[in-house]
Amino acid sequence: MEKQFPIQTWLDGNGNITADDYENSLTEELAKRFYRHMVRIRTFDQKGISLQRQGRIGTYAPFEGQEACQVGSALALEENDWMFPSYRDHGATMTFGHTLLNILLFWNGRNEGCVPPKGKNIFPPGIPIATQLPHAVGAAFAEKKKGTKNAAIVYFGDGATSEGDFHEGLNMASVFDAPVVFFNQNNHYAISVPMDKQMKTKTIAQKALAYDIPGVRIDGNDVFAVYFETLKALEKARNGEGPTLIEAVTWRYGAHTTADDPAKYRNQEESEIRRTQTDPLTRLERFLKNKGWFNETEAVNWQEEASKEVDAAVEEMEQFPAADPADIFNYVFAEPTWILHAQKEQFLQVKKGDPSWNQQ
Amino acid sequence: MESTVANKQKLTIVQAVTDGMRTKLTEDERVLVFGEDVGKNGGVFRATDKLQEEFGEARVMDTPLSEAGFVGAAIGMAVNGLIPVVEIQFLGFIYPAYEQIMTHASRLRARTMGHYTVPLVIRAPYGAGVRAPEIHSDSTEAIFTHMPGLKVVCPSSPYDAKGLLIAAIEDPDPVLFLEPMKCYRSSREEVPTGKYVVPIGEANKLQDGEDVTVICWGAMVPVAMKAVKEMDKKGVSCDVIDLRTLYPIDKDAIAESVQKTGRTVIVHEAHGTGGVGNDVLAIINDTSFLYQKAPVERVTGFDAPVPFFGFEDDYLPTAERVMHAIEKVIKF
Repeated sequence: MEKQFPIQTWLDGNGNITADDYENSLTEELAKRFYRHMVRIRTFDQKGISLQRQGRIGTYAPFEGQEACQVGSALALEENDWMFPSYRDHGATMTFGHTLLNILLFWNGRNEGCVPPKGKNIFPPGIPIATQLPHAVGAAFAEKKKGTKNAAIVYFGDGATSEGDFHEGLNMASVFDAPVVFFNQNNHYAISVPMDKQMKTKTIAQKALAYDIPGVRIDGNDVFAVYFETLKALEKARNGEGPTLIEAVTWRYGAHTTADDPAKYRNQEESEIRRTQTDPLTRLERFLKNKGWFNETEAVNWQEEASKEVDAAVEEMEQFPAADPADIFNYVFAEPTWILHAQKEQFLQVKKGDPSWNQQ
Repeated sequence: MESTVANKQKLTIVQAVTDGMRTKLTEDERVLVFGEDVGKNGGVFRATDKLQEEFGEARVMDTPLSEAGFVGAAIGMAVNGLIPVVEIQFLGFIYPAYEQIMTHASRLRARTMGHYTVPLVIRAPYGAGVRAPEIHSDSTEAIFTHMPGLKVVCPSSPYDAKGLLIAAIEDPDPVLFLEPMKCYRSSREEVPTGKYVVPIGEANKLQDGEDVTVICWGAMVPVAMKAVKEMDKKGVSCDVIDLRTLYPIDKDAIAESVQKTGRTVIVHEAHGTGGVGNDVLAIINDTSFLYQKAPVERVTGFDAPVPFFGFEDDYLPTAERVMHAIEKVIKF
């Protein structure tokens, strides 16, 4: 099956193009756009870890190493498409247009983090594994029913393919020809469990065969392969040709979340080797250098811009008004039930120190 | 066949459910009906009978056998402008979809501070007493009323079935619509043609009485009524409340009645522990403690799995058990 589903790479570790047919599509402008976005999301991610270490946000799920997957796929989307991320995909959501402030608020325990900017179809992160796949199918189905050309993309990891919702989602999408792209980031570990303990299959792309939909296996650290294959899958979806499963083979350098230590379940030397050999950003930088397009001053400026933008968002997050405790009750239903009303009133009275709360 | 008399027709509960869906399918393009076997077959209980013929396969759809999948997809559709009405064939088969309902349908509004909402109706026949195979007879409404963000309704008559279903479809939040399958075809009553609404959250006083309040819903309504009629012959008059909505419960209807009678019997088919009856009891405690002349009696299913149909009649609360409970609160 690995032969049937080879990993497609356009850009090798040394930054050389291996797929000659596409050389003309890889413009300087596009390459630099990818590079800037990847610098931006990596800067955010590193800040996220450091904020958690300093106790300035809660538990944080880093994505470092997966930047090509998230930038390449998100930039392939059109304005009115739908994005269904998991908790490790805020690199994709910020590339698609989510605000850094709201993403930080999410990691700092605030519901505002689940609210996308106006006009952006970004679902809150799927927390229970794979449950977001059927949602994406439904939203995509609704677009088809409305007669639009909009599509949906849904992100999930290797472990998610063991869940029922993965299979139910793919099957429903296949039966309904829903315009959805299933974007799997295979980073080889579901928290601590390696892929060979997760599944007998050597590839995830082959699971598409069971649903008679295309399965595509790409080098997830090659932003060109990610971008163009996602674009192709989205095009098929828009043209009424149904869903595609993309397996982007990648690696997370760090922990599952800041609450675990990866050294406990895997040899972290491998992360270091991968960082020097297959890192998505370094690879793109090598490509830019090979092409003679890399400009040191420009790169330094982009890094500074990213750091400034992230720092500004952190400051905004830290100055964000405290949560209104009444909001616990305000959004359960369109109209709060009498029970919620009563609980809210009593809670607010107690909180205010109003002695009348227990005299009714 | 239904007879139509002056904008009314005599319908069974299951026909009234169909008529409710037909009314909304006709009126609102956004409404979709789907689930297992609801298309060509018209549903295993024929609740969607002929709807696919009338509205086409694009609006009344058969889905794969995939409760989590199609409820999950319904959430995505609801968020994206459609109003799905999905059928779970039997409540006992809803559990694969429980995560989608608990984690997503019911809390998406809260998670996103009202940005994304889920106007979704999940219909499910429930309850024992029709000699169905095992697992087909559950009455587990309480695991859904416990879930914040979900409304749970349970009609006991054709009129209420149609009116509540229309209210559920028009509700901006997800609603679990429980249909007492034992009563699906047990009686007919006049149901208005076209649209009307029975508001969610309002109980129905089935009978006025002075001595004891009997609170019930769904398939227990005829059981309770049988007991109440027998007690009437013995000179005990009962106030009978059909709760109709199990979340949010009609607190005022309960308080008004139990403050008058001071004696209450709660009847439900579900297991006693953690049952909705306990929430009714809490309401009596909170609103009417000093009016009580006797401890509240509960007549419920046992804390045992619903048995095979060979002895399901022994599991189900009976009029006799209800009568005993009424006598007990009277004699206290």
